[in-house]
Parts: sequence; structure tokens; C-alpha cells
Amino acid sequence: MTGIRKYWIALIFTGLGVVTFAQHEDQQQPEQATENHDKTSSAETGTISESPEGDSHGCGHSMEEKEGEFNAGETAVHHIADANAIHVVGDIYIPLPCFLYAPSQGWTLTMTSAFHPGHHGNGEVAKDGYVLVHGSIQRVQDPTFPKGEVMVSEPTHDTKVVNGKDKDVYYVSVDGKCYELDKKTTFDGGLMGGGVTSFYDYSITRNVFTMLLTCLLLFFVFRRAANSATRTHGYAPKGLQNFIEPFYTFIRDDVARPGIGPKYEKYMPYLMSAFFFILGLNLIGQIPFFPGSANVTGNISVTIVLALLTFILMLASTKKYFWEHTLWMPGVPAVLKILILTPVEILGLFLKPFTLLLRLFANITAGHIVIMCFVGLIFIFGKAGTSVGGSIAGAAAAIPLSLFMMTLELLVAFLQAFIFVMLSATYIGMALEEPHGDHH
Amino acid sequence: MVFLADFSVIKPEPGLLIWTTIIFGLFWFLMSKFAFKPIGNALKQRELDIQNSLDEAKRAREEMSQLISENEKLLAQAREERSAILKEAKEAKEEIISEAKDRAGAEYKRKVESAIQDIENQKQAALVSLKNQSGQMAVEIAEKLLRRELANKPEQEAYAKSLAESINLN
Repeated sequence: MTGIRKYWIALIFTGLGVVTFAQHEDQQQPEQATENHDKTSSAETGTISESPEGDSHGCGHSMEEKEGEFNAGETAVHHIADANAIHVVGDIYIPLPCFLYAPSQGWTLTMTSAFHPGHHGNGEVAKDGYVLVHGSIQRVQDPTFPKGEVMVSEPTHDTKVVNGKDKDVYYVSVDGKCYELDKKTTFDGGLMGGGVTSFYDYSITRNVFTMLLTCLLLFFVFRRAANSATRTHGYAPKGLQNFIEPFYTFIRDDVARPGIGPKYEKYMPYLMSAFFFILGLNLIGQIPFFPGSANVTGNISVTIVLALLTFILMLASTKKYFWEHTLWMPGVPAVLKILILTPVEILGLFLKPFTLLLRLFANITAGHIVIMCFVGLIFIFGKAGTSVGGSIAGAAAAIPLSLFMMTLELLVAFLQAFIFVMLSATYIGMALEEPHGDHH
Repeated sequence: MVFLADFSVIKPEPGLLIWTTIIFGLFWFLMSKFAFKPIGNALKQRELDIQNSLDEAKRAREEMSQLISENEKLLAQAREERSAILKEAKEAKEEIISEAKDRAGAEYKRKVESAIQDIENQKQAALVSLKNQSGQMAVEIAEKLLRRELANKPEQEAYAKSLAESINLN
């Protein structure tokens, strides 16, 4: 029985590998398209003015210029990104609370509605130096920028070379004066084009909202099941309880018990919480309209927290035996231990949570991007609405492809949640291993 | 590099990190306390109950089969007893009958014997009385003969004859 199950899991992995490979190929195209587009657009508008302090048309490209063309890559990346407002349809946005902190001016507490989000999620109003650009808050660092609420122009954007790297910079103009915008602080150490900037965004973003919603939904579903479990004691299980219990027994019998061993019970709440947190967010992210579509588990901040919790739990469960085998493997010559084994083992220790966070992030993000690119086919073939025949051809290709991807993503949603908790259980089980266990 | 610069999901954000920690932490706490614990306990309890019920059923079945065999034993015993009782009763009946027969036979014998005795006694008495009467008659006859002899011989003989006849008639 287990032999067959292993075979299936191996088959699924193989299938997934092929898909991931295909996804890489797909991702290449939008990138090239973006570059090409950039070249053409810069050719059209002429050279970029080196001093942004010219008139409002001088500070970067107006984003309106792009209206004529559709950039699938940019659209996809924009859709998977976190945002300070929830885009419902057209120019309708659900405002969210914004908790902004800039060391130079302290806290700013407001709602997204204060920025008057309009076309493309760009705010028409700046508040205390904060501007909404593409649904995400940015800040004017220039202290001469007027305080309070002021009308601002549509943001324009440009590419600037900072420390030898191309950087995307947005500008807004007020009364003909151009101001550069700072993006919010990210902790990527400048590796991904971010870094510590002039402000921090602690807002309830779209992702935070989705997380709250999913958790509440899950809590009520589970609370009902738990209530019925306690109420129907001594009777046959009923309704929702019958739906929830197999998950519990599955995690207990197929994840916790084989992975962790006899002390599994203590870790059941974590594994169950992580499984349903990930699964719930994966699934709700698959819904293409409000309240879904947020790419939460495809955001590295979320997966970092989850992987770190697993790592902390793992470290907290370690025993002497584990450290002995990690740092000073018995039965191996000392030279080998110092030169190879111990460094590799220590590296492996940190690679475990790293792969955990990267796997979930990459799988979910890739899925979202691929679906977005397939949907983008309609607009690419239709030349952004100018060719009806092209749109129909694009839709004919895009609908079955996205349908296929969405079905696959449903599988991936379950699979990734399962893999995350299964590996978490395995890591905890490794930390808990006792000398008499058969570890080889 | 517009693509990479806009690829914000790979950049860890302080706000999302903190909110995820808070929300997942709360989720973990609340779910383990109010959902997973009762569900886990209920499942464990049910598994225990099912195991207990199965054990009990097995025990009951064993008990039942034991009871059945006991019943059969009891039945067999009862049958044996019944046949024993019947046998005894038959024997008693036969005994009673034979005893009654014996007693009846003895009584009959005794009665017959006593009847015989009576008859014997009667006979003896009759004989005695016959002897006495016949002696008396003989004496009377002799007396009468003696009186007649004296008068007429033929008459005497006829008389004797009539006397004898009267005796016979008696």
C-alpha cells in the first residue's frame, strides 16, 4: 500500500518538475518583452532628462504612454504584488488602514481612501508626503513637499542608475514641481532592488487582509467542527466534522506520526495550523476576484515567517544526539569532519528552512504568474483591445490553458501545504532523534 | 531591469513579516486551543470507544457462547435427570405394583387359609355334631328297635327300614 503511495508522490513530483521547467520558459518571455518595450518607449519619448526638476513632463515617462501596448510581464508582477488597497473592479478600490512610519516624521495613520485611488491604483491626493502608486504607498523624501493633503499629478516613472544598478523610480509633480518617490523599506539588503528607505509600511495590506479573512473563515469552520465533535460525543460524527476529521487523521497518521515519531502529539497543533493556513491561503489566492486573488503564500515575507517558526520549533526540540551528529559526526576522521562534514552539516541546518520558504514561495508565485500570462494572451493577441479577432484567438488559446493551470494550481495548493508540513515534521523528527533510533 | 525591480514579492517587507507573525501566532494559539484540541480529543476518545466497544462485543460473544454451552450442559443434565426420575418412577411403580401384588397375594392366601381353617373347623364341628347326632340317633334307633323287637319281627324290620329312611331324609 505504502509502496503505491510513494510511487504516486514520485510521479507527482516528476510532473511538477516538468511544469516548473515550463514555467521558467514562460517567464523568460515577459522579461524580454519588457526590455523590448522599454527600448521602444524610450526611443519614442527621446532621451530621459538627467535632472528630474524640469517641468512635469520632464520627470520620467508618463505611464499613460504605455496604454497603447500591453505588457504581460508587468501586469502579472503587479497582480501578484501586495497592495495597500483591494482592487475590486474598474476604478473601485476597497480602502484599507495604513500604518506608516517614517523616522523623520513619525507615524501616519490613515486609510487608503485618503489618497483617492483612481485609475491604475494611482492616488490623486498625497497625504503627509505619502502617495499611492499602483496601489502601493510610496513617499516623497523631499522636505519641501507640502504637508497635509495635496492634489498630485499621475505618477511618472523612470529608470535611474544607483550604485551601478538600474532602479525603477517614480515621480509625482505638484504645481509643476517634480518630486522623487521612495518605495517602502524591504529587508532584501539591496539584492533585489529594495532596501531600507525613508519609511516603513506596517499597513493592513491586501495580503494581511486576506490572511485575516482566511484565518477567521478557517477558525469558524473548525470551531463548528470542534463544537460538533464535543457535542456528539458518544454518537456518530456529523456534517462538517466528517469533512474536517479526515484531514486531522491524515496529518496525524501520514505526516506527524511517521515524521516525528512517538512524541508527535505535541506538534500536532503547529502542523495542523501551518497546513490549513497555507492551504487556505493557497486556495483563496486561486479565486480570481474579490475576496480572493491575493498572492499571500507566494510572498516571501509570509513563507519566511512560517519557515522560521518551523526552524525555531526544530531547534527547540534538538537533543544532544542531534548536535553530536551535526557538529562532530562519530566514526569519521577528524580531518574530514573539520574540512567537509561539519561545514556541510551546518550549512544544511540553515538550508532546511531556506528551501522550505523558497519552495512554497516559488511554487505559488510561479502558478500565479503563469495564469496571469495565459490570461495576458488575450490582450497580447488582441493588441490591447484594438483587434477583436486577435482577442478571440487569444481567448481560444488562453481559456483552456488557464483552465489547465488553475486545475494544476489546485493540486499544487494541496501539495505545497502537505510538503511544507511533511518536511517540517521530518525536520522536527530529525531533531528529536534518540541514539537508539535507526538513523542510517 | 524593470521586471526585477517591480518583482516585490521576493523582497521581505517588515509590515508583512510582523503581521504574518501576529496573525499566524494567534491562529496557531486559537486553533490549537479551540479547534484542534477538542477535535483531537474527540477522535482519540472515539478511537478508544470503538476499541472498547469491539473488545466488549468480543467479550459478550465469548460470554454468550459460554452461556450457550452452559445452557446445553444444563439441558443435557436436565434431560438426564428427567430420564433418571422417570426411570425411578417406573421402578417405584413396579415396586409398588409388585408389593401390592405380593400383599394382595399374601392376604388372599391368608384369607384362603383362614377360610380353609374355618371350613376345617366347621367340618370338624359338623363332624363332631354328626357324630353326636348319629350316636344319639343310633341310640334312639336302638332304643326304638329294642322296643319293637319285642313285638313283631317283620314289623320290626320295616320299622328299622323306615327309621333308616328317615335318617337319610334328614
